[in-house]
Amino acid sequence: MCLGIPGRIMEIYDMNGARMGKVDFNGIEKEVCLAYLPDIAVGDYTIVHVGFAITRLDEQSALETLELFHNLGLLDEELNASAETLP
Amino acid sequence: MKYLDEYRDPELAQRLFDQIRRLTTRPWALMEVCGGQTHSIIRNGIDQLLPPEIELIHGPGCPVCVTPLAIIDKALAIAATPGVIFCSFGDMLRVPGSGKDLFRVKSEGGDVRIVYSPLDAVKLAQQNPGREVVFFGIGFETTAPANAMALFQARNLGLRNFSMLASHVLVPPAISALMESPTNRVQAFLAAGHVCSVMGTWQYSPLVEKYRVPIVVTGFEPLDVLEGIRRAVTQLEQGRAELENAYPRAVRPEGNQPAQQMLADVFEVTDRAWRGIGTIPQSGWRLSEKYREFDAESRFAVADIHTAESPLCHSGEVLQGLLKPNQCPAFGKQCTPRNPLGATMVSSEGACAAYYQYGRFIRPEEVGVALR
Ligand code: SF4
Repeated sequence: MCLGIPGRIMEIYDMNGARMGKVDFNGIEKEVCLAYLPDIAVGDYTIVHVGFAITRLDEQSALETLELFHNLGLLDEELNASAETLP
Repeated sequence: MKYLDEYRDPELAQRLFDQIRRLTTRPWALMEVCGGQTHSIIRNGIDQLLPPEIELIHGPGCPVCVTPLAIIDKALAIAATPGVIFCSFGDMLRVPGSGKDLFRVKSEGGDVRIVYSPLDAVKLAQQNPGREVVFFGIGFETTAPANAMALFQARNLGLRNFSMLASHVLVPPAISALMESPTNRVQAFLAAGHVCSVMGTWQYSPLVEKYRVPIVVTGFEPLDVLEGIRRAVTQLEQGRAELENAYPRAVRPEGNQPAQQMLADVFEVTDRAWRGIGTIPQSGWRLSEKYREFDAESRFAVADIHTAESPLCHSGEVLQGLLKPNQCPAFGKQCTPRNPLGATMVSSEGACAAYYQYGRFIRPEEVGVALR
């Protein structure tokens, strides 16, 4: 139920006084309510849940998390490798 | 797809598994609060690939599963009322009430409609001024802003034929209730990422302090779930209890402020009964005074509801992590997703349905026996 899907804002417009937009989900476009993200702009990524954008996806944190995964265990591997090469 | 595929990378998953294995020196019981995470864990076999010391307890975070039977029975009664258009998220239609479900009401002539967004229900009310349109407003903090917006719009539009059968539940009081239960085994929580996208993380610091329990805000993709587990186990192994955010790309400490403001206007906190668990104080939202006229429970006086849960169902124990779904005697026999006896078999996020869908018919402790 609380699953949200990442998508990219393609268009922002007003409908009956509500901030709405078109969001692209990997090729499929849907109308989404953007009322809770007054600062979000075209081109930004968001998480959409039951037709509502609930949060902006932060590029910087996304990259940092991935980098952390890439570096995981590297230190241990190096330590192990150097331990093995010891006489 | 950006923000999805990167977090499903098998090679990185292996790294995370290795790291968790290296960290773990003794048994730990972690609870993933959210049903979406349960689904991800079972679908990706994460529980089976973790070191055997780590047990994942599947929490009560599936709003479909915990919506109380009495509310389902009220929904069935309202949906069967002539002239009503009853709108609901699709997952609610097969949830068993006492005797039938919304699908049955629909096949018996009730006008039950599945909507994707709560705003679709508002649109239906505008298009059908002669009909009463009722929206089944369930969900955790993630869904509540959408439901609140439907009420806000209905009020602005002056719609007199729109109302909501509201049964919202809140995560932090459920964590308190679990920690205070004498049967509790949970040693750390993976908190539900999207609930925190809306509400922020500040509500969880008091829980961490009061119960000295690690809480890690966790996302939904396989790598996100593994990272949540890695951080929780790290804390447990080091004897720490802290609040950590393992899902910073979607969760800010302050959460979504405009959404929180709307929620504070439209809803107010109330005691709420959770199906299979019982009443948890201050664990739900109902319509605030300002919006009370849109409350379907008072608009439709549904009297004389006698609720009856299937005597075979153990979903209460499943929801509290006391029983794995495949330890229920009815699992896969009398109870299947086509013919569910309890709500945890209905939604794909219910633990019973997730186990069934991914073929977990053998209990973990039987695996060894089967191999011998
Ligand atoms: S398998 Fe069915 S009967 Fe057993 S606990 Fe789950 S929902 Fe209830």
